Amino acid sequence: MGKLEVKEFNTDVLIIGGGTAGCFAAITLGGEKDLKVIIAEKADIKRSGCLAAGVNAINAYITKGYKPEDYVEYARQDAEGIIRNDLAISAARRFNKVTADLEKFGLVILKDENGEYVARGKRNIKINGENIKPILAEQVRKSENVTVLNRVNITDLITDGSEVKGAVGFSVTENEAYVIRAGAVLIATGGAAGLYRSNNPGFSRHKMWYPPFNTGAGYAMGIRAGAEMTTFEMRFVALRCKDTIAPTGTIAQGVRAPQVNASGEVYETKYGLKTSERIYGTVMENRRGAGPCYLETKGIAKESGDSLLRAYLNMAPAQTLKWIESGKRPEEQNVEIEGTEPYVVGGHTASGYWVDTGRETTVKGLFAAGDVAGGFPQKYVTGALAEGEIAAESIIKRLKNRIVRNPDSGFDEKALEILKGYEKALDDKSESLYSYEDIEEAMQKVMDTYAGGISAGYGYNEKQLLAAGERIDKLSVLAEGLKAENMHELLFLYEIRERITVCRSLIAHLLARKETRWHVFGENLDHPDKDKNFEKYVNSRLSNGEIEIILRDLVTGETYEHEASEVS
Amino acid sequence: MSVKIDTDKCVGCGRCASVCPGTLISVENGKAVMNYPKDCWGCVSCVKECPCCAIKYYLGADIGGKGSVLSVKQDGEILRWTVEKADGTTEVIEINRKDANKY
Repeated sequence: MGKLEVKEFNTDVLIIGGGTAGCFAAITLGGEKDLKVIIAEKADIKRSGCLAAGVNAINAYITKGYKPEDYVEYARQDAEGIIRNDLAISAARRFNKVTADLEKFGLVILKDENGEYVARGKRNIKINGENIKPILAEQVRKSENVTVLNRVNITDLITDGSEVKGAVGFSVTENEAYVIRAGAVLIATGGAAGLYRSNNPGFSRHKMWYPPFNTGAGYAMGIRAGAEMTTFEMRFVALRCKDTIAPTGTIAQGVRAPQVNASGEVYETKYGLKTSERIYGTVMENRRGAGPCYLETKGIAKESGDSLLRAYLNMAPAQTLKWIESGKRPEEQNVEIEGTEPYVVGGHTASGYWVDTGRETTVKGLFAAGDVAGGFPQKYVTGALAEGEIAAESIIKRLKNRIVRNPDSGFDEKALEILKGYEKALDDKSESLYSYEDIEEAMQKVMDTYAGGISAGYGYNEKQLLAAGERIDKLSVLAEGLKAENMHELLFLYEIRERITVCRSLIAHLLARKETRWHVFGENLDHPDKDKNFEKYVNSRLSNGEIEIILRDLVTGETYEHEASEVS
Repeated sequence: MSVKIDTDKCVGCGRCASVCPGTLISVENGKAVMNYPKDCWGCVSCVKECPCCAIKYYLGADIGGKGSVLSVKQDGEILRWTVEKADGTTEVIEINRKDANKY
């Protein structure tokens, strides 16, 4: 290679993405001293992924008097039935175990005088989650068999057609390419933000709910490798504090602030309390001219206001700054709320890789955990940790049984092809009409307008989706011609290509579910009601460049294995 | 959404650059530089990491920023958050990392 120094690695396990799930998988694999493990992380595992800023609570915990089955039932109802029972129950049974592990690692969890965790509502416990990510990273560092490659962005999986053999990427700061051969690969890259135009598309375009650095890379490389994906059409939209896009749950649950419209009428009871209904109600109240909408904090006790100012410093300091800067504390003014742009994120909805109960995808040797894995909505932090652990256990089983590898299956040629792509983008000095930013803006505008973004009130119809698909395909051609001045621009270039790949699949999924099962998340204006025929998973797979849709029956048992014909 | 780096206070240690989840900060000629202000998520990892309180976080005017800046000084387990308001007054909130959120 000309410009790039190629660094080659051979490892037993490659973990792509050192966020919540990836770190916990690495910690689990740390117990297997004879296994070599590499984490490839595009930032630094100390503060990467969606927990970079911290987290306000443990949202998935089996509190006293409840069973894991109760949690699964709650998630099932919230998702209107589209949930994988096997995935949900296997993770829910580990919620409390992984929480205890976190506490052992150093996470502060509030306890009462009897030493019991203090519950916030039915399923949450109270913590100080400001440094949850440094705590996990520190634990990874203690695992001697785990090597962390920070600032390495993986772009492509290498497979022999049915089994994963490794992956290829590049450094985002140095002129280096990475070629990593692995006996098993865990993909833990998170979900996709930045597909749609955000709430604040100007200077604060990245003030969004989900990290803007989670671009859907994991989905994109799986789609290209022929992995089956599920339920992208169940998008996630978060109800947030206006402008700061800070969480609302802490206010709603912490001080029991109801959602009220501009006249002070409580409207949440009118539309329902499910995650999507809380946003739907806000959209509808605004549409009928009853906005702005608020969480009613005016009149709460001063101490409650103090607690809110503190709680937000631990997870979303923008909101505390906003309160202080405005000169009015939480008890002196209501907090205006809005819905965010849609995301594809498997920690909250059921979008992601179609995996078996052991979290193996339909590509052999490729496992998925956390936001990138589908089938278990409302998994949150503890669900991601549990999935990291389950995937790690499956990987150990795979490697111990040595069901692995025909060593050379054209790996080098495939890797070289991808490296050439990096160099081409870096070497191309011709004049270009468009930058990666232009393409990103265009993509977000298309998705916003035609695929149910904020400005469309989250709704879409078939004709609009077809228009979106056509435009995204054209942008995909333009994105192929982009060039990069340096390694960071190369990252931007690959990120926009990844997002476009995810958008294409998302549009296909939105078209396929001809019903409205969830308001806001999937608001199909041609089919505004729920349809029993769609009590199924909408899955997809890229085959010969075309997205093929597969409808699958609901999994209600405790285990699920891929059929031989499903595996690519 | 972004941060301002006070180059007088910055000692160029690079800790902010190493924790930024977007790789948006680099050290140039011994000083940290925010290369992509519009790409900042506002996670304040860099603000917490800076040993010199040289990094200040502010809200963009498009999301209601009025010129105040937020910084934090760590003293053992204590995080001392300071808001310097545009009118010259300051407000300090101390948080002990060992205390859980009340909500």
